[in-house]
Amino acid sequence: MQLFDVVFYLFALVTIVSAGIVVFSRNVIYAAFSLLFTLFGVAALYVMLQADFLAVTQVLIYVGGILVLMLFGLMLTSRVVSVDIKGSSVQTAPALILVALVAGSLAGIFYSTWKSVPAASSAAVTTTPLLGTLLMTTYLLPFEVASVILLVTLLGAAFIARRKRKA
Amino acid sequence: MLGEVLRKPDKGKSSGVLFGDHERYVDWDGRSEDPQGSPGGALRRELEAGHSSPITEYTITQTAMKELLLGIFENPVIVYTLLALVPLIFVIPFALFAVWWERKISAHMQDRLGPMRTGGWHGWAQTIADILKLIQKEDIIPSAADRRLFKLAPYIVFAGSYAAYAAIPFSAAYIGSEINIGLFYVIAISSIVVVGLLMAGWASNNKWSLFGAMRSAAQIVSYEIPIALGLLAVVMVAGTFDLQEINRMQSGWFWNWFMFQKFPFLFLAMIVYFVASLAEVNRTPFDIPEAESELVGGYHTEYGGMRFALLFLSEYANMFAVSAVASTVFLGGWNSPFGSFLSGPVLGFFWFLAKGMAFIFVQMWLRWTLPRLRVDQLMYVGWKVLIPFGFVIVFGVGIWTLAVR
Repeated sequence: MQLFDVVFYLFALVTIVSAGIVVFSRNVIYAAFSLLFTLFGVAALYVMLQADFLAVTQVLIYVGGILVLMLFGLMLTSRVVSVDIKGSSVQTAPALILVALVAGSLAGIFYSTWKSVPAASSAAVTTTPLLGTLLMTTYLLPFEVASVILLVTLLGAAFIARRKRKA
Repeated sequence: MLGEVLRKPDKGKSSGVLFGDHERYVDWDGRSEDPQGSPGGALRRELEAGHSSPITEYTITQTAMKELLLGIFENPVIVYTLLALVPLIFVIPFALFAVWWERKISAHMQDRLGPMRTGGWHGWAQTIADILKLIQKEDIIPSAADRRLFKLAPYIVFAGSYAAYAAIPFSAAYIGSEINIGLFYVIAISSIVVVGLLMAGWASNNKWSLFGAMRSAAQIVSYEIPIALGLLAVVMVAGTFDLQEINRMQSGWFWNWFMFQKFPFLFLAMIVYFVASLAEVNRTPFDIPEAESELVGGYHTEYGGMRFALLFLSEYANMFAVSAVASTVFLGGWNSPFGSFLSGPVLGFFWFLAKGMAFIFVQMWLRWTLPRLRVDQLMYVGWKVLIPFGFVIVFGVGIWTLAVR
């Protein structure tokens, strides 16, 4: 086994085990903190696929932004440890249908593309300028739409927070 | 063999980079010559195939280091682990020195002497004695603390601050990993520290600790934006995230440093970055996360012994990391201020260290000069002063770059 494979399996293990803790832990704080390892492991897997910019963006946005905000929110709530996580299942039939649909389409996408997608090239390519050019030319409209949506979210959040303070 | 590889390439034979020479950074074209005959030829070719950036002398030096270690241990895992530990040789003595230095600076600024006894000359061995004491302390975990997270937190904090050193160019001859997104990586990876601090604060099960951790998180999340904007201005000028490349662009006399380019925009960018980086490493005037007079010690209130030492070490490691980024990006990093005079891989390390230490000194100086900001003042400075300035700088640099093609 090559060193590359060892590192890959190590990070895959870290990702899967910590993702399992996120899903199955009864303690919300443990779930949130093990999300750190999941997100970090996914970033490492991106690195192994030569997607360097994507990997660093993953760490910056998900670990530095979203995870910290989630932890922040968790710590501001009272009763963090003894929070009542429902163990019983409700609405089994719609959930099963939804899961089957999503899993089926994911598997379908995987099986229809995994042979045609070329393996990650071993040569390190600088992806940053390519991504920048694509975002500013081919994918300009989706990029702008996403930024407008984010702006609307920001305005909405500020509006809600302000109205509460006056009341 | 090492000596042969380290030797400067003959100017006539190969067009390698000559340190201390003005015509540096020429692409090394190994294929057209005879790579078989040259030392380290196999690894050079491998590097050339797998590396998009041109092979320069520093990569050859590092390749030589790798080959030497591979020859001794014959196991890549051991070799890469050893190579990853190289910055640690720097970080630990630096932290020991910086703690002593800070105490001396604070003392002299307050007309005191500071530690004078331990070790003889000006108490130079004081922090060594302190760390020996900390090692001997009993490992105390509060009974009401969350044991697992309490134990894990110092490691995460240190891992986050140490990971930044992977991409910091210590000299022309040494950088942990020359990745083409180095600067972006350094900004991103330091955010792991925040998660560690939140973990430490929450696991301690102490109100002071939790307050400290929350303040720290709020502060770092806000100040990451001016940091990114300040560095973005430089990236717009340099056109690359690669820190070694940014260094090489600033070679020559000191007016080539990015600090003096596109004046005054990049100079302002440096100030914005420096102020925001003070908040990032929880230094005064942004030290509300560990405000001694309000919160006892902030997130590390409940920590003692080696765990406290680890948190303290990562704090100083973080201080040097942000100073190193500032000196690399704005002050030319390992470049000599006097062109080719006094430059070279070893002296480059000296220049890098001197510039980093200058920033550290300013950080310490400010700590003993300025009072602490309140939380609302902190948010005011971050969102209403630094971020608008950052946008103006980015806008100005953008216009300038487009107008003056």
